[in-house]
Parts: sequence; C-alpha cells; structure tokens
Amino acid sequence: MTRTVETKEVLKGGSFLLEDHDAQEVFTPEDISDEHRMIAQTAREFTEKEILPRDEEIEAKNFDLSVELLRKAGELGLLSIDIPEKYGGMGLDLLSSLVASEQLSGQASFSGTLGAHTTIGTLPIVYFGTEEQKKKYLPRLATAELVGAYALTESGSGSDALGAKTKAVLTDDGKYYILNGQKMWITNGGFADLFTVFAKVDGEKFTAFIVERDFPGVSVAPEEHKMGLQGSSTCAVNLEDARVPVENVLGEIGKGHKIAFNILNIGRLKLGVSSNIGCKRLTSIATEYAKERHQFGVPIASFGLIKHKLAEMAILAYVGECMIYRTVGMIETTLDTVDRDIPEQALKAIEDYAIECSIIKVVASESLAYCADEAVQVFGGNGYSKDYPVERAYRDARISRIYEGTNEINRLIISGQMLRKATKGDLPVFQAAKKLMDELLSPSLSDDAGEGVFAAERAAIGNAKKAGVAVLGMAAQKYREKVQEQQEVLAAASDIIMEIFGMESAILRTEKLISTRGEADCSMQIEATRVFTNDALQRVEQHARRAIATMTEGDELRTMMSVLKRYMRFMPVDTISARRRIADSLIEAGRYNL
Amino acid sequence: MNIVVCLKQVPKKDSILRIAADGKWIDDRDLSYEMSEADAYALEEALRQKEKHGGEVIVICMGPERVRQSIKEALAKGADRAIHLYDEAFDHASDAAGIGRALAAALKDEKFDLVFTGLQSDDYGFAQVGLVIAERLGLSSATIAMEVQPEEGGVRVKRELESGWFQWVKIPLPALLTIQSGINQLRYATLKGIMAAKKKELREVKAADLGLTADDLKPAQVIERAYLPLKSKQTEMIEGKPAEAAAKLVEKLRFDARVL
Ligand SMILES: Cc1cc2nc3c(=O)[nH]c(=O)nc-3n(C[C@H](O)[C@H](O)[C@H](O)COP(=O)(O)OP(=O)(O)OC[C@H]3O[C@@H](n4cnc5c(N)ncnc54)[C@H](O)[C@@H]3O)c2cc1C
Repeated sequence: MTRTVETKEVLKGGSFLLEDHDAQEVFTPEDISDEHRMIAQTAREFTEKEILPRDEEIEAKNFDLSVELLRKAGELGLLSIDIPEKYGGMGLDLLSSLVASEQLSGQASFSGTLGAHTTIGTLPIVYFGTEEQKKKYLPRLATAELVGAYALTESGSGSDALGAKTKAVLTDDGKYYILNGQKMWITNGGFADLFTVFAKVDGEKFTAFIVERDFPGVSVAPEEHKMGLQGSSTCAVNLEDARVPVENVLGEIGKGHKIAFNILNIGRLKLGVSSNIGCKRLTSIATEYAKERHQFGVPIASFGLIKHKLAEMAILAYVGECMIYRTVGMIETTLDTVDRDIPEQALKAIEDYAIECSIIKVVASESLAYCADEAVQVFGGNGYSKDYPVERAYRDARISRIYEGTNEINRLIISGQMLRKATKGDLPVFQAAKKLMDELLSPSLSDDAGEGVFAAERAAIGNAKKAGVAVLGMAAQKYREKVQEQQEVLAAASDIIMEIFGMESAILRTEKLISTRGEADCSMQIEATRVFTNDALQRVEQHARRAIATMTEGDELRTMMSVLKRYMRFMPVDTISARRRIADSLIEAGRYNL
Repeated sequence: MNIVVCLKQVPKKDSILRIAADGKWIDDRDLSYEMSEADAYALEEALRQKEKHGGEVIVICMGPERVRQSIKEALAKGADRAIHLYDEAFDHASDAAGIGRALAAALKDEKFDLVFTGLQSDDYGFAQVGLVIAERLGLSSATIAMEVQPEEGGVRVKRELESGWFQWVKIPLPALLTIQSGINQLRYATLKGIMAAKKKELREVKAADLGLTADDLKPAQVIERAYLPLKSKQTEMIEGKPAEAAAKLVEKLRFDARVL
C-alpha cells in the first residue's frame, strides 16, 4: 500500500464549518506523488488508445467489447486498485483509485461500466466479504473474469432504499435463501456475472447477498431505453425463487444498510471525480470551438458573453478539483491512523467524511450540468446536433444528479449529518451557535481583516461560516426532532455549507500554490478563486435570507436581517474583468489550463 | 544482452510554448514534461530485446530533479535500474558535444552490449548525441534503426534511408544504435510495474564523480535566438490560358510549395 499523504493532523469530517484549516495542511492536485502521476498516465493512455478510438462501437452497445476493454484494463491493474494484494489486487490507497477514475472517465458510458464494476460491484465484497467470499470472488473481479454489479434500487424504492420489497426466505434445510423480487436500473445488468443484491430476510431484515448470474431463478430483463449513457448496460434483474446459498450472505443479516450506505460514500466521491473532470473536458471542447467559430467577422470567443461562459466553466472545474483533493487528503490522513486492512476501521474513517463526499457529489454533478448546458450554448445550433460531441455530453451528464443518491437526498444528508454530529457531540455546532448569538448582542462586530492575498475573502468566509452555523442552530432549536420535515431549510443550510467548502478549498489550494510558485505564476488561479468566492458569498446570503425568513418573523426577523447584512458585507470584486482575463488565458491555451 | 537506454525528458508535445524573456530558448514556467518520443521507442525496443534474450536494461538520464519522473516511468515499464546525472554542473552541457561527453563518462564503467538512444530529441533535435557517445566510448554505431537482431558476434540492424529505402547492416558489439520513432508498440506502465519501480536502484551521479567540471561541459555551440516561425501570406496570380496556367500551378506546387 502506498502512503503518500504525510502524517498530518487529522481533521474531522465537517469540521471545516467551525474551524479554519491551514493551507500547508491541505492536500492539492500538485501534491500527488510520482506513482500517482504514473497511475494517472497509464489510465489516460489506456483511455486515449483503447477506449476513445472505439467510441462508436461502445455507444452501439457492443457489450462484448465493453467486457473485453474491462479485461484489458484489468491486465494493467486498473481494476484492482482497491482490492487487497492478498486477493489478487494491488491494495493501493484511495487517491490511486481516484486518479485512475479521473483518467478513465473520458468515455462516459464506459466510465459508468467500469465505475460500477470497480466501485459498487467490487467494494461490497472487499469491505464486507468473509475470507472465503473474498478468495472466491475478488481475484476474478480484479481481472474482470467476473463483472460486478450492484442491485439496490427497485421500482418502488429508489431514494427510499430501505423500503425494498425483495424478500429472502431460508429453506427448510437451512442451506439456501430463496429470493423473490425485482431490482431496477442495474448498471452492467446485461453482462454482469455477480450482483450484490439487497433483500429483506423474512420481509424484515435488510440484508445483502452475493448472487451469481447463473444461480437458478436469476434472470435479466432487456436493456432500458435511456436518455444518455447509451453504451452502458442498464437492466432490471428478476429474482424468481432465486436460490442463493447461505454462504453468499454478505455481511450480517439485518445489517445490509451498512453496506448500502458505506459503499455510497466512496461511490459519491468517485462520481464527483468523474463529473469534475467532465467539466474540464467540456471547458476545453467549448474553448476550442469558440476560437474556430466566426460570427460577425470575429471568433465568437471574442464576445464577452461567451468569455463569461468559458471562464465560469473553468472556475467551477477548478473549485471542484480543490474540494476533491482536499477531501481525499483528509480521508487518507485519517486512514493512516487506522489499520487500512481492517475493513471496519477503514470504512469508519471514510464514513466520517460523509458530508464532504455528499458535497462533492452534488457540487460536481451540478457544475457538470452547467458546463454541459453552456457547452451546448457555445456550439449554438451545432450544439443541438448529434454531429457534435456536446449534444451527447448534455444527455450523458444528466444522470450524475440522479444516481449515487439524488442531489435532493444528498442535500438532506449534508446538513442532516452536521446536525447529527452536533447532537452526538462530535462537532460543536451548537456551542458555536450559542457563542454567535451572544456575539450578536454585542454592539459591534470586529472585522479584523488578516493578511495575504485572500485577506478579505478569508474574513468574509469566516462570516459566512457564522451564517451557516446560525441557520443550522436556529433550525435545530426551532424544529427540534421535527427538523427533518423542514427540507427547504435543511437544503438552504446545505447550500451554504457547500459554498463554504468550495470557497475555502479554493483559497487553501491557491494559497498553497502561491507559496510554491509565487503570485505571478498563479494569477489565473487567484482570479478564479476570487470570482468564485465573490459570487458564492452572494449565494450564501440568499440562502440564509430564505431560511431565516421562514424561521423568524417581526422584530426578530428584522434584527437577524440586519445582522446578516453586517456579516455579509463584502466589497464586490470586478468579476467581469476577471472572467475576461481567465477566458483570454483559456483561449490562448485552447483548453482548460488552471 | 545488457542494454543501456539514454533518455531525455522534454516539454510535452501539446505544450503551449512561449519564447523566454532572453529570447534564447523557451520559457519553462508552467511546462509539463514527458519522455522524448524516440527515446520511448528506444526503451521499448530494449525491453523487447531483454524479454527475448535476457539481460538487463539500464536507463540513464541527465537533468534536474523533474526528470526523475521519466526515469521512474522507465523503471515502471520494466527497466532494471537507472542512473541519474543530477548536478548543476550538467546544466552547462547544452549541446550535443557536452551532453554526449557527460553520458559517455557515466557509461564508461558500465558493462553493456548495446546502447540505445532515440534518433533525435523532440526539443533540440540534434540527432548527434548518440554518435558522440559512440565515438567517445569507441563503439560501433548505426543510426535510424528500425529493427534490431542480435546475432553471433554482432547485431544486424535495419536502417531507414531516404525515399522509402532501407538497408541492413551488421556491426560488432558493443554498439550504439539510434532508434527511429514508431518501430514498435509502446507498452503501458502497469500498476504492478509502477509499484515495483519504487524498489529499483536509482543511482545519482554528480559531475565530480565522473571527474568532470562545469568547464569541461561548456557548450561549443550556443543558441543565439529562438523564435516562432513567421507566418506570411503571399498571393500570386498566374496569368495565361487555362492549360498553361494549370501547368505552371502544378510546377509551383511541386517545386516551390513542395506539396505534391
Ligand atoms: C442509468 C442509471 C443507472 C443506475 N444504476 C444503478 C445501479 O447500478 N444499482 C442500483 O441499485 N440503482 C441504480 N440506479 C438507480 C438510481 O440509484 C435511482 O434511480 C436513484 O436512487 C433515484 O431513485 P428513483 O429513481 O426511485 O427516484 P425516486 O426516489 O422516486 O425520486 C424521485 C424524486 O423524488 C425526490 N425524492 C425522493 N425521496 C425524497 C425525499 N425523502 N425528500 C425529498 N425528495 C425526495 C428525488 O430526489 C427525485 O427528485 C440507476 C439509475 C439510472 C437511471
């Protein structure tokens, strides 16, 4: 196992809302080791040489080819990063797995196929399998001799995964479970050999099973007709008196939710990674086109409104990347304090960052939505045509906001987890809220701006954190155990938390860059951070106003609004000129270059 | 069959190049680097020879700390060990004579049958370093190698000539070959290879270890000015009857523009 993130202070998941983290502690893309760089390079070359040239065949649902490509990826070790060496894998760290996912995501359908295999298709066995199950299945998953899939969703239970109707009943001889039910939307369903199926034992105890395609009673329905990801396989899986040997129960009976939710944390992070690199690609594609396409006698890239789009796409990709690497760094540091080879310990370490994983999933999928949409716009009528790549990108991107937990569900998780951690005493959110309320009563707020390139931004983020804490604190106090019913307020709090994480992650990485390269050599990163922060602060204010306005009224509302105004006082920066400069630099480079 | 491969790290092919402030070379800020293309083929050829005939592949590379990335890549792909000429003094070696001298000095005490270099580097494009090394070490040599077949007492080499012609030559060992790009299919560094590379020997060599000083490496040739090719547009109207004008056009396309 490679240990690349040096031993550093463990930063608790969610703690960013309450504490300031140090730029030198933050992990950034610039910090990756030579080994990680090489893994990324192998993955990139594989994509360029093996996958992209076969794009048309993949999109035509040549699944034999998809499996053949999986096996080739397996030969290079790209499928076994997360599998321990003992079971035929590489046993590398999370960062290795993420840099590989990043570079293997160039063809969206195949990225879905490969991601489903390596993440939701393989990890349940890695983390929850018995010794026998691991020995039996992992070496063959590592080579894609067996292709994996994950069957949680049903027609009646998607977001409400625990509401599954699929039932498992033990046979009289105690040797088999008989499964009945139908699973929907199963990625790789058409050709997978192995499914992690969730079913309720006796209709009650939610449990996972390793189900082989060839078990009697297992059948796969025809391909769904999807909006995008045409080259990935998505089918319903039918279980009609399916006979599953008892040895194939995965994890404990009645503890299936642990598997379902824990695997999703990693899935969300990886989906964030592939969505975010999609933003970079679309920035490059749109920039290239905008340079070539002429209207009114000049390239459309020379128009301010097009520059705005190009710059915004790049800014979102940059900020997303800052969040992802920061999170991976925090997780790796925590993993270094436990025994990674003991699954419960590793999972617990990762689970502590559920908030960050959900943030990354939501932010990156929504950034991708923006980029795909604006890329179509930059292409104009051509963007609406199947002859150009962005039409497909637009359709392919749409799924990212739906699976691995819809963005609504993830928004509920972000502030929900914050509150849960606060209630359990893991994060002092309520103490911070109380301190804040006392501070509000004092006549003046100190605005001691610090030093450095981002002094003003840092001070403003400090205040934005207060707004976030205030909204969460008020919600907890007002709604108490019924807070889960106040989804709009929770989502507003989550939006504030996401903006804070984005702004701060960008500032930390850019500060670290400045400390190594000097200000002059990272002027675009500085501009991107400034523009994003400027706009995010305004969004924070809007979210806070909306939430506070529903939680208070009359004088209290008036007081809160004037406090909020004081907190959110921030001199606007000239984002128009800054975006133009970012766009000019993109246009000169002809691609994403932050 | 022990084979030494000389590697050079160069700016990535898709880099956006700017001329440096002094106008003498490119601005190296913000550049990413990769193994020079022909060297990558040379490495691949060496690995294939090793797979067929056994022995050891040793890579040697001169340059600042960043070149370790390329060295590690070579180790990840299957080279057995590496020598890194890493010293500020080597920065002075900026022409074929200086680079060749330094590399030859470092190889003097190595045991090898063949030395491969790329035909030429993607940045300077001298196409001479290999031959300088061969001269300095007293090796036989052949350039623009397309195929390499070790035989009793030597090596048979297919060389590329002009206009689609090839030539087979046989030269005695030890020998130096400059390898043409595209002669084989490059392999990927597997993840196993990448991890195994961490345990392989990577020896750092200073100029003093080779008995060389900055003065010894001073270039005999310096670059005075670097500039981007000037783009110019000229329109020439060809007068005359259509048939004559067409004939004249073909002639111009063939001999002036050289596109036919
Ligand atoms: C291409 C594709 C591949 C997939 N691959 C897999 C796979 O491999 N394995 C697998 O198990 N599943 C897979 N899925 C299923 C996917 O995970 C679900 O579609 C997703 O979780 C949403 O569930 P649903 O479709 O039932 O929507 P619903 O849960 O019905 O949601 C409908 C809407 O209601 C909202 N909603 C639901 N509950 C709440 C709530 N409590 N509060 C507020 N809003 C709510 C949702 O956010 C959404 O906007 C895949 C789906 C697709 C389209």
